[in-house]
Amino acid sequence: MSILLDRDTKVLVHGISGKIARFHSKEMSEYGTNIVGGVVPGKGGEIVNGVPVFDTVKEAVEQTGASASIVFVPPPFAADSIMEAADAGIKFCVSVTDGIPAQDMMSVKRYMRRYPKAERMRLTGPNCAGTITPGEALLGIMPGHIYIPGSVGIVGRSGTLGYEAASQMKALGIGVSTSVGIGGDPINGSSFKDILELFEADPKTNAVVLIGEIGGPQESEAADFIRDHMTKPVIAYVAGLSAPKGRTMGHAGAIITAFGESADEKVGILREVGAAIAPDPSLIGATVAQSLAKAS
Amino acid sequence: MDIHEYQAKSILANFGVAIPRGGLAYSPEQAAYRAREIGGSKWVVKAQVHTGGRGKVGGVKVCEDEEQVFEAANQMFGKRLVTEQTGPDGKFIYRVYVEGAVNIEREIYLAFVLDRKTERIMVVASASGGMEIEEISESHPESIVRSIVEPAAGILDFQAREIAFKLGIASAQIPETVETIKGCYNAFRELDATMVEINPLVVTGEGAIIALDAKMTFDDNALFRHPDISELRDKSQEDLRESQAADRGLSYVALDGQIGCIVNGAGLAMATMDIIEVAGGQPANFLDIGGGASPERVAKAFNLVMADKNVKAILVNIFAGINRCDWVAEGIVQALENNPVDVPVIVRLAGTKVEEGRKILASSGLPIIRAGTLAEAAERSVEAWKNSTKSNPQAQTLQELAS
Repeated sequence: MSILLDRDTKVLVHGISGKIARFHSKEMSEYGTNIVGGVVPGKGGEIVNGVPVFDTVKEAVEQTGASASIVFVPPPFAADSIMEAADAGIKFCVSVTDGIPAQDMMSVKRYMRRYPKAERMRLTGPNCAGTITPGEALLGIMPGHIYIPGSVGIVGRSGTLGYEAASQMKALGIGVSTSVGIGGDPINGSSFKDILELFEADPKTNAVVLIGEIGGPQESEAADFIRDHMTKPVIAYVAGLSAPKGRTMGHAGAIITAFGESADEKVGILREVGAAIAPDPSLIGATVAQSLAKAS
Repeated sequence: MDIHEYQAKSILANFGVAIPRGGLAYSPEQAAYRAREIGGSKWVVKAQVHTGGRGKVGGVKVCEDEEQVFEAANQMFGKRLVTEQTGPDGKFIYRVYVEGAVNIEREIYLAFVLDRKTERIMVVASASGGMEIEEISESHPESIVRSIVEPAAGILDFQAREIAFKLGIASAQIPETVETIKGCYNAFRELDATMVEINPLVVTGEGAIIALDAKMTFDDNALFRHPDISELRDKSQEDLRESQAADRGLSYVALDGQIGCIVNGAGLAMATMDIIEVAGGQPANFLDIGGGASPERVAKAFNLVMADKNVKAILVNIFAGINRCDWVAEGIVQALENNPVDVPVIVRLAGTKVEEGRKILASSGLPIIRAGTLAEAAERSVEAWKNSTKSNPQAQTLQELAS
């Protein structure tokens, strides 16, 4: 498989009876995702989109053998739902929900440390578009048709900017092994570094596109990893070169508060460790093409 | 969400943090009355505005009789206080807070933030209080004490003691300092704050530990479970357009360029701003209308962007994912037919059903400038802005006058 997800991965949908979850479950199934059930407390026994609904994640895992799940639960209940997935033995969980309180995410991260690293659930998001392994399965809300299968990994915070990158790559005939959205919140399940680690180990990935933005320390942590461990080429773009300091730019986490958090500084740090920098957002695809040509 | 100093102090007082005696006033008369009520012979009148750096620009005045209190308050009311943090427009003063003056012996900096690296609450303190943390980290970086709180256990006594000793607090005042540190932490945790800052926390000549100033910021995403905190919102302190946008579910930040932006998704919105600069223009705003980009949202977005008189061209950049370009295009056409705008509109659509979307724009008869790629959209926008200034000499003069 590429990373995190393939056509055989069995998937549960948390909150499957909601309008948005129902719509996206259908889209995911049509793309090829193996959705085996849903979880809605109190609605166990019902059927939605042709799959059984369970009251608890534990029961759903026991009955279906699911190993991945996606959370469409409203913000006040989303953290609880994520922790339920971690406790039930889910291995990979995507949280699409936008607007989860930051301290709830602090609790989630603390709770997940109960499990030894090898058994710990991998969480991406919240506030992300999800993950797609083109041609196999998607766990999220992205339009599948803008990705073609291939060998370049994508990791980014933003949904639509990720689409922009993928479609620029598609226009140049460059395919994607897996694209992972890590979300725009200040505290998130997986960092850039966590995902780079997976791509570095994945035999189907030859290069990685990293799409960062202002705010937080994760791009510079990623730079340390690139310097010390990454053998595959990394192409990077950091959004928000013209963003003012101290203002939140849409994503709760997109705010420059400390040294090293502006787009300029992040670009500098990434360039220093050898990442190829896309000079502007219209040149992400072209920069990938150049890097691939150089590597081959 | 930010709140006022007097509100933060009253919250922290409930968590065991000592504050000076004080009272809120909505008029100079009331301010003088508060001074009498508080008693003593020295007071401080403080403008209640959502910004730091008030002292440097006349927002904090020390007074020695009631008349001075009246005068100080009188000069503040109705004024806009412009500080380093407010931007050129400043913030309106509608209320002042009158406090009994305190005999300051030492000033300490104490703050609590959500640290994104450790994903926990971090205490940041320094023995060099009274100046902004940015200044402290430049002039006395060695004085900064940092301590991470384990969320499952909360802040522990020994941890608070360690911080207090590092700040050089005398043994006699350690218990009080520990209470203050723990009180702030508990307020932070229980009320879903994202920042608590006491600057300065003072040791008085009498040996008391008192919060002389207080700032609190709360997590907007958690306000649903703190209705009492939501009530403290003061819209007079917010940028009118930004708070209107927020109330309509749009995310808007005003900037000072000429090219208005309407984009779906925060990352793409930032990228759009970036490429406008590459093309030689400046963005007038950041605006994320959400992933969906429904016709209603597009219409609201046009109204919002057009309210900025500096806008000379509008760039609409929508990457249709799950929604479709034809649907978005219909929304744009509808919005422009109902509310025509008098600046050039550049539209770039990408993603699902892009051909159908472009056809709808083309056949609408509206003077929409279409662009295929991100780069083209930015170039066309900058071109349109420059042409509009050239072809309209009056606008050009106005622009020169304005600059």
